[in-house]
Amino acid sequence: MQGLLRSLWDYRFFILSSIKNDFHSRFVRSKLGGFWVILQPLSQVLIYAFILSNLLSSRIQGVEGPYGYAIYLMAGLLAWNLFTEVLDRCMKVFVSNANTMKKVKFPRIALPIIAIGSSIVNNVVLFVLINVIFLALGHAVTPLIGFYFLLVPIVAILAAGTGIALGVINVFVRDIEQVVPIIIQVLFWFTPIVYPANVVPEAYTKILSLSPIYVLVESYHAIFVFGTVPNLAPLAAVTALGLALCGLALFLFRRASADMVDVL
Amino acid sequence: MSAIRVEAINKSFLTYRSEWQRMLSWFGVKPKITSQSDILKDITFSVGKGEAVGLIGQNGAGKSTLLKIITGTMQPTSGSVAIDGRIAALLELGMGFNPDMTGRENVYNSAGLMGLTHPEISGVIGEIEAFAEIGAYFEQPVRVYSSGMQVRLAFAVATAVRPEILIVDEALSVGDAYFQHKSFARIREFREAGTTLLLVSHDRASVISICNRAILLSEGKVRMDGPPEQVLDLYNALVAEKEHQVIEQSKTSDGRTRTRSGTGEASLASVVLRDEQGRETDLIHVGRPTSLEIVARANTDITELVAGYMIKDRLGQVVYGTNTHHLGQSLTGLKTGEEVRFTFRFPANLGYGNYSIAAALHGDENHIDRNYEWQDLAVTFSVVNADHPKFVGLAWVEPELEVSR
Repeated sequence: MQGLLRSLWDYRFFILSSIKNDFHSRFVRSKLGGFWVILQPLSQVLIYAFILSNLLSSRIQGVEGPYGYAIYLMAGLLAWNLFTEVLDRCMKVFVSNANTMKKVKFPRIALPIIAIGSSIVNNVVLFVLINVIFLALGHAVTPLIGFYFLLVPIVAILAAGTGIALGVINVFVRDIEQVVPIIIQVLFWFTPIVYPANVVPEAYTKILSLSPIYVLVESYHAIFVFGTVPNLAPLAAVTALGLALCGLALFLFRRASADMVDVL
Repeated sequence: MSAIRVEAINKSFLTYRSEWQRMLSWFGVKPKITSQSDILKDITFSVGKGEAVGLIGQNGAGKSTLLKIITGTMQPTSGSVAIDGRIAALLELGMGFNPDMTGRENVYNSAGLMGLTHPEISGVIGEIEAFAEIGAYFEQPVRVYSSGMQVRLAFAVATAVRPEILIVDEALSVGDAYFQHKSFARIREFREAGTTLLLVSHDRASVISICNRAILLSEGKVRMDGPPEQVLDLYNALVAEKEHQVIEQSKTSDGRTRTRSGTGEASLASVVLRDEQGRETDLIHVGRPTSLEIVARANTDITELVAGYMIKDRLGQVVYGTNTHHLGQSLTGLKTGEEVRFTFRFPANLGYGNYSIAAALHGDENHIDRNYEWQDLAVTFSVVNADHPKFVGLAWVEPELEVSR
């Protein structure tokens, strides 16, 4: 473990410059540049808002104004996007860097770290933009949004633990990267992002709330939409789960690292 | 202490009934292995500090696998590698450049991947830019580079800081002649400064001119480890090896290894160098008429027979070579037991020094397909300069001088 951290420290410049390059390369060749980072999630918000707002806006309690539903959506998607981006990139990171791993000796754990880092950078950009939109829509932005910086690492840890573990297996069984998007989609509709939790019958809410993503998304709703302090006890449990998954991922990664280059 | 120490390395690629079973093996379970291919078998050698070793072998001999294990990207199945010092490996130049980023940005990225810190890179980036000689392109995205420019930049980055150990794959044979020259000059420079070099190449000239030792890998084993010239002779024989072909190596009187190989359908009865009076000799004067006499015996009926020879210098580089096919006189329809005498007459337009002659009998224009007998170091001789003005070099190309003022 110590050796791992030490090698990451030795490669800090590489990791930072890779994150910077990743961010940078998204807009060097596109006309709209940095807009694309935010335009994609924003279009998602617009579509859902357009189709579902009439149906669901009256059901969201505690938010006034015609934009209540859009605000609710954006808060949930901010959490969801970070989760899926980290998960997806960690899952594919070993396969897509196969050539580098075969030819250059460097701490391979830097690869998922870079993936996590650039996902967070993208998410922070989105966070800033969403707050600007909230202000424009006349929605009160409270100091509670500071909790965002506590929630980001929790989301990242949970997604990275899952993603790296799946990423290691994906090197050997490529079906993983086909199956996971399907599961992610199911999970999306089982999480109250486009609909409020209270439209779900009481009996199912109990089951849904067992999902760690449910806990995270509801925390985002709390700080961005309702202006309340998130429920800390379940958050602590999710953090513990995330750390346990990271531990498992690291264990798999170490055991597999000799075989990985043979198979890639 | 040696720079590279490879001890009893084995590498096998295993296949299981399914990949899930492979994963079980990480947890101490021993699933059934359905097939196993052994790439490296019990490889042991060590390379001393400052040595330059050529790694030679046919495709599939296990060279790349061995390099990956030494570099540390691949783990051996058993055995150990001990490395003393920083390794720089030029395995695939230009790999990993991001086409949308500029040369400068890519330099930071690749050098970072090699483990250099930002300040360290900033310290050498001027040198990298100067060495790559790509001018204003340095500030342009790599996608507009020619492949030669990418190689230049990649080589400049990889060798920006002198490593203790440098591993060079065939990658270097790309790029134009000028840059090849320049990169070899840099490798030589490193070598003089004490860098240990491991060079993988099929190119006789580069192995002989840079390395002081060569290792021949064949079917995953170290076949020979010794002076480059002799190892290359055996490699040459292996290239033509067929099942029924024998390769034998013997020591000459001066302690060098002589390689003989071939199918034996025809054999070299004698190879003799004669001076202008027709006496057998091993001392030749610059420019004098000389003849090489090769006597071949057919051990079976042979449809076509070609005899050839190569004159090599002290380092084993070929100075001149030809054969009866190229000279338009290949023989056909030889009967068992028939003897043929080939006499090649030539003026010894060679520079002062020691030379050797390799002689060969084969059935085609080259020795790859039907190699009857190939003999390295069949004759060794010295060239002395007693009656001409002093000159340097391998060839005697005497000018007529005219000075006007």
